[in-house]
Amino acid sequence: MIDAILFYVFAALALGSALGVVAQRNPLYSAFSLIVTLCSLSAIYGLLGSPFIAVLQIVVYAGAIMVLFLFVLMLLGARREEAPARQGRALPGVALALVALLALQVASVILGAAPAAGTPGFEATTRKVAEVLFSVRFLYAFEATSILILAALVGAVALAKRQL
Amino acid sequence: MTPLSWPQELTLVVAKILLFFTLILTLFAVMTYVERRVLAFMQFRLGPNRTGPFGLLQPVADGIKLFFKEEFVPPGADRWLFVLAPALSVVTAFLAIAVLSFGGSVTLPAWGLLPGWLQGREVALQIADLEIGVLYIFAVTSLGVYGIVMAGWSANNKYTLIGGLRSSAQMFSYELALGLSWVPLIMLAGSFRIPDIVRQQEGPLGLLHWNAVVQFPAFVVYLIASTAEVNRTPFDLPEAETELVAGFHTEYSSMKFALIQMAEYVNMITVAALGASLFLGGWTSPLALLPDSPAWFVLKLLAILFLFIWLRGTLPRFRYDQLMHFGWKVLVPIAALWILVTGGALLLMGGGAVRP
Repeated sequence: MIDAILFYVFAALALGSALGVVAQRNPLYSAFSLIVTLCSLSAIYGLLGSPFIAVLQIVVYAGAIMVLFLFVLMLLGARREEAPARQGRALPGVALALVALLALQVASVILGAAPAAGTPGFEATTRKVAEVLFSVRFLYAFEATSILILAALVGAVALAKRQL
Repeated sequence: MTPLSWPQELTLVVAKILLFFTLILTLFAVMTYVERRVLAFMQFRLGPNRTGPFGLLQPVADGIKLFFKEEFVPPGADRWLFVLAPALSVVTAFLAIAVLSFGGSVTLPAWGLLPGWLQGREVALQIADLEIGVLYIFAVTSLGVYGIVMAGWSANNKYTLIGGLRSSAQMFSYELALGLSWVPLIMLAGSFRIPDIVRQQEGPLGLLHWNAVVQFPAFVVYLIASTAEVNRTPFDLPEAETELVAGFHTEYSSMKFALIQMAEYVNMITVAALGASLFLGGWTSPLALLPDSPAWFVLKLLAILFLFIWLRGTLPRFRYDQLMHFGWKVLVPIAALWILVTGGALLLMGGGAVRP
């Protein structure tokens, strides 16, 4: 009961702030709206019984990546975006395509096989995430990803060094 | 013990929240007084001693003064964000309290005014014992940056902007070292839960089992990184008054200023409480002869808070490039190496303490 109420509160918050990201004229407001979206999603993960994923969502996205976003926005001096004088001609087409995609997704959720009531979902507790991540199935991919990230890091430093 | 029904559970949690909230607020008020007095004694001054006996009513006087000061929003400031920033700082500061363990559990007395279902029940002195424990604190403190960034940007003032940028870069950098300093403890305890990490430090030799001894390098990294994380001297560059007037909170007055101060002190208390639990054995007694008690936790908490004041009275401020060098090139490598050492030792001693 309480779970359901909380779910709808956070879902509404996530949707509302996601709209805010797109609709705001001020880029800084958009960034702050995105932080609200990320935090509400994290709350929903928590409600689904996956506290570990919930915390990762905040630490990685809301805590780290968005700080960098704000950094750039503040350093560049964010100005209010003015509405472009001439709307692109492709705009109605793009909007139509997006609405169609949304309708398709909603339909697939409604028409798709709903999980039978009472079947337990995958509760991503820390232990379970670790067991899956470090199982034979994903261990290689996991380690390869970390090497990839390291390579990207070295690359970024090398690129920045040239500028300094 | 009979399990609680959910209204009882809820009542208990709300009661705990109210209790810890008031305790922390009181400690905040006391700390503002103690800090000024102790600093004064360290500098051969007297400090505030006019209001009440020994100046003890100073926090009350400060509160009244701030409450009646003029509320000012600078022209050209972004009103929304300017008002939101102090509130956000305080909220994120108080959120972290939820998983702090204030010293094991107590058995409530089986008499008095308590309702029947609470009498004689053992109650944990912790609001929520989340499975992710310290990770939750890590997440919430990383959100604390936004209050400062927002305050710095919205005031439309160069000094606040530079203060905000500095502080976000600093908190961002030292958070890494802070998080890495916890990893060896989590490996030792095999759990993220704060009570588990405290229990892992129990033993017949008392304080020799504490992580501050066993994990000495991690302890040093934690102390330094946490001082930087709560923006205190020698890492108080976001509000370096010789360069930036008052940094990110230059334009704040009245209760908004008070809220920012409150957030800073609450963060400091959180960090000290965490240090007392994770490294100084929480509620376990330093000598095996003496009984474990929440009082030990309070003593350790106060000791770390005193250390913060002591540092402020002793050390000069870092320069900004020194700060970044120290964070990235000294603290982070030490913390990472120490994780490797702990992991190796655990492997040699047979796999560590993985809990079933």
